[in-house]
Amino acid sequence: MERGEYFVILGPTGAGKTLLLELIAGFHTPDEGKIFIDGADATEIPPERRNVGFVYQDYALFPHLSVEENVQFGLKLRGMPRDEAEARSEELMELLGISRLAKRNPKTLSGGEQQKVALARALAMRPRILLLDEPLSALDMRTQNTLRTELKRLHRSLGMTTLHVTHNQTEALVLADRIAVLMQGSIVQVGTPHEIFRKPKNEAVAEFVGVENVLSGRVVENVGGVARVAVGGFELLAVTHVKSGNVKILIRPEDIVLSTTPSKSSARNCVAGRITAVTELGAVCRVELDCGLVALVTKQAAEELQLNAAKEVFATFKATAAHVLPSGNFF
Amino acid sequence: MRRLLLVFSALGTLLLVFILLPLLHTLVSAFLDWEVLEETARSSAFWRIFGLTAYAAVLATLTAAALGTPLAYVLARKDFFGREFVEGIVDVPVVIPHMAAGIALLSVLSRQGIAGALGLQLTETFFATVAAMLFVSVPFYVDVALEGFRSVDVRLENVARSLGASGFEAFVKVTLPLAARHLLAGAVLCWARAVSEFAAIIAVAYYPMVISTYIWEVFLSEGYRAARSAVALVLILSLLVFVALRVLTKPSRGRR
Repeated sequence: MERGEYFVILGPTGAGKTLLLELIAGFHTPDEGKIFIDGADATEIPPERRNVGFVYQDYALFPHLSVEENVQFGLKLRGMPRDEAEARSEELMELLGISRLAKRNPKTLSGGEQQKVALARALAMRPRILLLDEPLSALDMRTQNTLRTELKRLHRSLGMTTLHVTHNQTEALVLADRIAVLMQGSIVQVGTPHEIFRKPKNEAVAEFVGVENVLSGRVVENVGGVARVAVGGFELLAVTHVKSGNVKILIRPEDIVLSTTPSKSSARNCVAGRITAVTELGAVCRVELDCGLVALVTKQAAEELQLNAAKEVFATFKATAAHVLPSGNFF
Repeated sequence: MRRLLLVFSALGTLLLVFILLPLLHTLVSAFLDWEVLEETARSSAFWRIFGLTAYAAVLATLTAAALGTPLAYVLARKDFFGREFVEGIVDVPVVIPHMAAGIALLSVLSRQGIAGALGLQLTETFFATVAAMLFVSVPFYVDVALEGFRSVDVRLENVARSLGASGFEAFVKVTLPLAARHLLAGAVLCWARAVSEFAAIIAVAYYPMVISTYIWEVFLSEGYRAARSAVALVLILSLLVFVALRVLTKPSRGRR
């Protein structure tokens, strides 16, 4: 991780994400390996001397202390004069919009409010790193959205080096400067959100980040970095360095545009197909075609095109949207 | 469902009657026998022995807390090989007959036992009384304290550590206040059990007399009426202590 970076570790439940954070915070000692903070080996340093802020999924506020006592907990331990501690906690509560809750007992707060208190408590210590363990997972959808924006804003204004673990792709996509994908206890891929979501390193990552179209094919030819790939009954164009051999083609369903007439463009792929199923998912519809492709279109587009089962449509996507994985790169 | 609750309530009432009947009957008959009651209430021996008993039980409870709190915390936090076995050892005094416990203590405290080998005479001393009380009542403290520590989420301690608290500071500032009600409840149980102990005490120290051995002696030497008056006074005093502790440890409004 770089200083000041917002780094997200994305992985399915049970991949070892919380344990990783607890290791960094020093709650456990690693069986092997070392932990470096600011370039110095911190493996043997006890948690209280690491100055690492920790926010748990269910907040872990001290139930016997008021909101402001929670925020000031670390400052008082450190022996900071009372007025100074109060000033700093007020400043942070102000920043997070929880000043009016100062005297309240944490148990009487909503999930979102508790999460803000937990954040203020961690930030009060001006930690070198802020560790966030699934900070939004226990919240309802709307609170998740507001807090996500809040986290983004906080990170912009404080520039705090942040390590956030989650299983939620949207969180990762919106917040991260860089993402590491953690699966079965090891990091499979590290990259920008764009790299992770458009160019997953293997099928497992692709599946986890929501790339629904995984097609098997063979590179027929490659002219100037654009390959012609035979996939079952049709051919498509993909931007890749792969010159030949068997490959997998990954296409995100939202990168596929459906139309009732074929669109002609040299850099685009256009595949004819018959709709086999249309599923409404809130604001978008998931459309499955008999050629094996899955597309996500807005509900409005689905209505305008009168998409329904058995209808003939054309699926169009850019050559850059087709990500090529050479064979032998899978689990 | 309503019928079930009705039947169950009737059975429960039967149990309450079983508990209350002998106590109330003793109290009422003791008060009707006013002269004897007054005589007991005026005897300095009774008050001295009651005070000594309460004091010895306080010492036993403090010892249980001083040594049992760390033990309970370790048992609650550390999952080591043989942990359940250790928990079992703590509960042994509850399951063995108390006279057996007393005889076993004798093997340590008596002149023929380990103490004797060290040149010490510990039986028939105040120390032996406290030791006997501690032996039979400590499980009550440790069990409740253990439950209390288990109820405190270890992640609260983790967060405290990340905020700069040493292990001990996290224990004092987070774990202890959150487990306080359990610890207090355990201490009350422990104290009450210590005050009421008879068999283990009489095995190691008939003297100095405690309240249970006193009642026993009065019963043997002066008969049922005299013993009943002492019992009535003990009942009232126990009830007062019980109510006082209930009031003192009642959770304050708002918090917790």
